[in-house]
Amino acid sequence: MNALYLTLLLPLSGAVLLAVVRSPLVAGWLNVGICVATFSASLVMALGVLANGPFLTGNSMFYIDAFNVYLVVLTTFVGITTAVFSRPYMTYVLSEGWVKRKRMRLYHSMYQAFLLTMLLALTTNNLGILWVAVEGATLATVLLVSLYRTPESVEAAWKYFVLCGVGIAQALFGTVLVYFAAAHVLHLPETGLQWTTLHAVASQLDPTVMSIAFVFLLVGYGTKIGLVPLHNWLPDAHSEGPTPMSAVLSGLLLNVALYAVVRCKMLVDPALADPAWDNPQLAGYLMMGFGLLSFMVAGLFLHRQQDIKRMFSYSSIEHMGLMTFAFGVGGPLATFGALLHMTVHSLTKSAIFIAVGHATHIAGTQAIDKIRGLIKTQPAVGWGLLLGTAAIAGFPPFGVFMSEFLVLTATMQSWPWLTLVLLSGLAIAFAGLFRNIHPMVYGAVPEGQVPVKANMIPVAVHLLIVLWLGLAIPDFLANWFDQATLLITGSHFL
Amino acid sequence: MNIVDFSLQEQMVLLIAALVLFTSFALLAQQRMLASIHVFAWQGALVAGATALIAAVYDQPHLYFSAALTMALKALFMPWMLHRLVNRLGIQHHVETVVRPSLILLAAAALVVFSYYVALPIEKLSLLSTRNTIAISMAVVLLGMLMMVSRRQAVSQVIGFMSIENGLFFAAVVSTHGMPMVVELGIAFDVLVAAVLFGVFFLQIRDSIESLDVDRLNRLSETRLVESVREAEE
Amino acid sequence: MTGWLLALVQLALFVLGAPLLVIWVKRVKCFLQNRRAPSMLQPYRDLGKLFRKQVVLAENASQLFRMAPYIVFAAMVLAAFTVPLIAIQLPTAAIADMLVLVGFLAIGRFFITLAGMDVGTAFGGMGSSREVSLSAFAEPAMLMVIFTLAMTAQSTNLSSVMQYLIDVGLVLRPSLMFALLGMLLVAVAETGRVPVDNPATHLELTMVHEAMILEYSGRHLAMMEWAAQLKLMIFGALVVNIFFPWGLATEFTLVAIAIGIAAMIIKLAVLGVVLALSETVLAKMRVFRVPEYLNLAFLLALLGALSHIILEVGV
Repeated sequence: MNALYLTLLLPLSGAVLLAVVRSPLVAGWLNVGICVATFSASLVMALGVLANGPFLTGNSMFYIDAFNVYLVVLTTFVGITTAVFSRPYMTYVLSEGWVKRKRMRLYHSMYQAFLLTMLLALTTNNLGILWVAVEGATLATVLLVSLYRTPESVEAAWKYFVLCGVGIAQALFGTVLVYFAAAHVLHLPETGLQWTTLHAVASQLDPTVMSIAFVFLLVGYGTKIGLVPLHNWLPDAHSEGPTPMSAVLSGLLLNVALYAVVRCKMLVDPALADPAWDNPQLAGYLMMGFGLLSFMVAGLFLHRQQDIKRMFSYSSIEHMGLMTFAFGVGGPLATFGALLHMTVHSLTKSAIFIAVGHATHIAGTQAIDKIRGLIKTQPAVGWGLLLGTAAIAGFPPFGVFMSEFLVLTATMQSWPWLTLVLLSGLAIAFAGLFRNIHPMVYGAVPEGQVPVKANMIPVAVHLLIVLWLGLAIPDFLANWFDQATLLITGSHFL
Repeated sequence: MNIVDFSLQEQMVLLIAALVLFTSFALLAQQRMLASIHVFAWQGALVAGATALIAAVYDQPHLYFSAALTMALKALFMPWMLHRLVNRLGIQHHVETVVRPSLILLAAAALVVFSYYVALPIEKLSLLSTRNTIAISMAVVLLGMLMMVSRRQAVSQVIGFMSIENGLFFAAVVSTHGMPMVVELGIAFDVLVAAVLFGVFFLQIRDSIESLDVDRLNRLSETRLVESVREAEE
Repeated sequence: MTGWLLALVQLALFVLGAPLLVIWVKRVKCFLQNRRAPSMLQPYRDLGKLFRKQVVLAENASQLFRMAPYIVFAAMVLAAFTVPLIAIQLPTAAIADMLVLVGFLAIGRFFITLAGMDVGTAFGGMGSSREVSLSAFAEPAMLMVIFTLAMTAQSTNLSSVMQYLIDVGLVLRPSLMFALLGMLLVAVAETGRVPVDNPATHLELTMVHEAMILEYSGRHLAMMEWAAQLKLMIFGALVVNIFFPWGLATEFTLVAIAIGIAAMIIKLAVLGVVLALSETVLAKMRVFRVPEYLNLAFLLALLGALSHIILEVGV
């Protein structure tokens, strides 16, 4: 229980501390150190949950169960590896003069603040605080997107701010409606936003209000997930911000938003099971529809990208679409697949962004046409990028293949004809990624292209874990996913 | 339940709700920068007034605090900050041309009807007399979005954004007599930070495109990106 | 019998009192602008003078041109018949429907615009075209106000609407607040007051009503002027008696009627002050901005109707 507070307090104090540390070098190391400490705390907490089961603490303010604890560990873990990458990368950015020294303080402080908001969103038991934290994550990152102050980055940040702000406002409206529905059932309205309380009485909540609320919640948090057609901000924000930011945005923030939607779905489903209500699957259908649309549209957009970071952010939209679809399909198999996919996608995508950071450093540009011959110039970066792309495209034996396979199997069971759509979507995305990646990693080396100081350990660690998850999911992790599946769907997978 | 059955205070809440809706329309139609900031301030004051009134009618002391918070934040601090920024940017006498104003107003009326239909089943459930205002608050949210869509000026978009927040807060107050205090504080904190960030952004946008016309922020659209590459190739 | 008598008394009050309302507004304006005011009897003197003067007709004036003043005046008198001024539930209430009222006003407008074009002068035609286009914007707003009232009182009969509002007592209705604002804007436009038109000027390119009656003289002009004053009175009575119906006599006793007359005088006097104040504060707007102004009136009326549906009737 204390580990939980430590997990939250460490990034909080980190954000405050890094705001006053003047030296970017010291701040870079401190950033890594705080992330390691946070990770250790979250690991202790996770082991506690593994041993003793879910717990509620802090006057019912925080609730930890199998579903969020593994996301907490994942978040803190990617937090470390990205911080490790960020230290030398930001030194390079600083030496190029893209960022002033003063803004480095902002960068490091907001990095920790961003981790804090995500951890808060994951651990809180209160739907209102969940909203506050997700909005807080936008606020913490929006200034980082415009960190370079180029017209493009300012535009991207403005779009990000305005679209996500408006989107997330819909989620607040949905939250108000949930509270409204709860106020009719509960005697103590003050507890009406606590997820555990709501979950206990979910079947009594009014289906009409809950269905309207879910539409608002899905649109709101869906903007943050990057679901088409609310995705416009995502490629801009991911491509114009500093690369470490792209890694955590793609790898973690999208997960947190999806987590929020799934938590809400867990409340809506029992409410809609009311016999008087004629469409009990409404939440699932909505998620399937939005998910599939995002999956297909993003796959097509992959083909026409000119910017490497934009391309991979469309790939993120595609995968978030797939997860949303899988959670929408429901059932233990699809949910298990989606949970696994959340993990492997966030590991792979952050690894790719780290490799992309180094690749753009080598080539000195983000334009796909200008990045050539990476393997010849610096094999580690080239292979890292190639393997990462292979993993994200769903090559066996990587974990992404495993999770996509599970999702496909589940689809085959309940919606056979949609399997074809999914398969063609995967093929389109695969083609889109490789037609661009191939010349970048092989291709002729441009004149004067030299290797750079790169730290590929985070990439290697991430990809190894993804490989491991693809070959054999360790028992404790499988159990975890199974418990989370039980929570979400009500039945075991294993 | 008909309005005739309500007490005078409850009628006043409804009257204020209607006035809040009217300010949303006024924001949509208002083309002068300073005037829109003032209308926005009035909207905040009306929402705060409605909150205080509901606190009095239904004996909900914690709502007095929310009302004070809203008053301070939405009716005083934010208009003051926008005012200062607008003066600093030298656009206080800016008159924005709204494209097809009557069409926008008709669209706004249609949105009000739409939110009425959406809110109808919700209202059936409520026992509170203020339930009729759920549709109004939803309409205020949608009108705020319409304002953001129809305006090009960054400041007007921010005003639209903040009026969405007003609508949300109003929804919480009228449908459930406010959210739990900790959530309300969190939301207020977020709004405050957002307001400050908006201020920072005005300066950044001004520095980068030498105007606050966000229509000129168009470097990152998909078609535009492809075109610029083609141009470079030719 | 008393009912009919009362209806005739009310009509007489309307017709004879109309110039008084106009001169009252003028006097308040003079007071506000630190000018010397004309006496309260001035409009009567003006009308008397015009009645005594010889009529000068244009060579190509048709029969219509000569008949129009009488038709317009008669239409206004009939319209005045339908509007309760001091008492409701009079025998005339049978025709006191808001749509009938709008119809009478439309007849008046129809003939005045025809007369404006009859002689074929540039000013008359311009005034008529402006009048028609303004009314095209004003009438939807007016009808929307009527719908709002009809929804509230379940009737389009003016007398029953007022009866209903008196019976219910003071209820703060958002819809009526918006309807009142919309109605005021429409009334200002329909009666040709500042900021839409200026009744005090002549030979200005922006005038509307005065342009149409520019060719009239003598008793014809007197009828036209009087009809215009009557129209202001009708709209004034509508505004005060619908939205503030208290004081109207509901029974035909002497006391009730005395109270009715006193209430009417006070309410119209207050309205006159409000009108004078707004005319002093506001400047005449350009003709091209008038549609925007009337759109606002329509919007307000629409909001009134919407807020009635959304806020006032339960589900």
